[in-house]
Amino acid sequence: MTRQRPHAGITLALAAGALALTLAACQREERRFREAAPGATPSGSVRLSVLQPGERRPTARHVASGYDENSYALQEGQRLFNWYNCSGCHANGGGGMGPPLIDDEWIYGSAPENIYETIVEGRPNGMPSWGGKIPSYQIWQIAAYVRYLGGLTPAIANPSRSDHMMYQPGSTALPRPVPTEPKQSFRPPAGEMP
Amino acid sequence: MRRGPTLRRRIAAGAAALAVLALLAACRGASDQSALEAAGPQAGRVERLWWFSFWTATAVYVLTVAALAWAAWRARRREREGGAQPLEDDRGMTRGVVAGVAATLAVLVVFFFYDLAVGSALSGPPTRAPLTIEVTGHQWWWEVTYADTSPHGRFTTANEIHVPVGQPVLLRLASRDVIHSIWVPNLAGKKDLTPGYTQTIWFQADTPGVYRGQCAEFCGHQHAKMGLLVIAEPPAQFAAWAKHSQQPAPEPGDSVTRRGQEVFLTGSCALCHAIEGTRAQSRAGPSLTGIGSRRTLGAGTLPNTRGNLAGWIVDPQRIKPGTHMPPNALAPADLDALLTYLESLK
Repeated sequence: MTRQRPHAGITLALAAGALALTLAACQREERRFREAAPGATPSGSVRLSVLQPGERRPTARHVASGYDENSYALQEGQRLFNWYNCSGCHANGGGGMGPPLIDDEWIYGSAPENIYETIVEGRPNGMPSWGGKIPSYQIWQIAAYVRYLGGLTPAIANPSRSDHMMYQPGSTALPRPVPTEPKQSFRPPAGEMP
Repeated sequence: MRRGPTLRRRIAAGAAALAVLALLAACRGASDQSALEAAGPQAGRVERLWWFSFWTATAVYVLTVAALAWAAWRARRREREGGAQPLEDDRGMTRGVVAGVAATLAVLVVFFFYDLAVGSALSGPPTRAPLTIEVTGHQWWWEVTYADTSPHGRFTTANEIHVPVGQPVLLRLASRDVIHSIWVPNLAGKKDLTPGYTQTIWFQADTPGVYRGQCAEFCGHQHAKMGLLVIAEPPAQFAAWAKHSQQPAPEPGDSVTRRGQEVFLTGSCALCHAIEGTRAQSRAGPSLTGIGSRRTLGAGTLPNTRGNLAGWIVDPQRIKPGTHMPPNALAPADLDALLTYLESLK
């Protein structure tokens, strides 16, 4: 038997190897249920001005900013976005009383840290300060979802289509445009308006 | 030589039968969550259907095995009497098969119509004017709203349904997120809670008691820890409970309780939970008006004690991983005050 099919062993080994590789790919994401209990929300990790006296300080990064690639975290962010009534002003990303989040205009920056700080500190003209009210990890999850609304997260991690009315680029059910480099808003920051 | 093994085999068979009987006897453990201990007319219909099918199946099994044994015994006897004999004429065989098929069909037809009758009785409208309760499924808890004709009479609680004995109760079922299913075996069958669609089920409790229910449709990580209690009480007691539940939560009386309320309202609790009579009115999490008198925490996960409540507030993800309640790192004095406040909400 073996003589007639000398490559059977090799084929079998290759198949087993391929199967093992396939199985390894099943790990799409990790669900972290037990985040560290939120202490004092870290603040001051983001600077709104590039000018600093003396040498530049290294930028503090939160461990949880890997949420951008984590489908579960994006999904949780989506739930919390409605749960904490972000949609009350931002209306599923389209904007209403608050600015839209699905465009590429960012008044206070599009980096996860920027969005985190915006949520924690609040911003002039209506954005409430959520620091101390929502656990830190949930704010990072919401920040990741806000980045998803702006089309800044990798497509592989994006949550499935929600049932809310939404248009590009929020919904993965629709063709997504090629992501462009987020540009700084031409509008002056809301706080500086006369 | 032949005797030994046969005897041993018989003893083994006897022991196995006894073990099965012992196992069956053990099935009567939890009487507060059992479809075989009906506490009302709806569950009674289901239970009768179950016993009917059980005894029919038992009879069919006994008859089939008896027929098999008889055939084997007859073949043996024939062999002993005169060796291999030519087969009888086919008529007897045909008659036997026809009778068997007819009996099977008859049993199935009886089952079909009995089942239809029970189904139609279960889904029919309540016999008398029911008490209407809205039950909304959430991942992973139950929101319970007592619908009343006047807005003042409406009140919301969670994970516990109080009902009066002897009155039909109509549940209007909805879901906030995914499909859930309500099942209180002692009182009724199952019914799905479907997002965007209201379904109804009714039951009636005839015996006072506490009956446990469970989500019966897989709904995510903590599906297993999505339980509820139905508390059937005499009508007077229920009326008193409902009247009490319609009142806003009592104002804190002493300084510790007042501090607890402050912790609740200024911290993250108030972002998801509601307490009537305060500014906390969020509907994202279970209403905590009356939390002090509830029997369980986390939708039937833990008995409601001060220690369990503290553990639940500080680190719910250890108790119920995936639950939407986040951990809360409170200062010890604040936690203590919060516990005192929550316990005061009877």
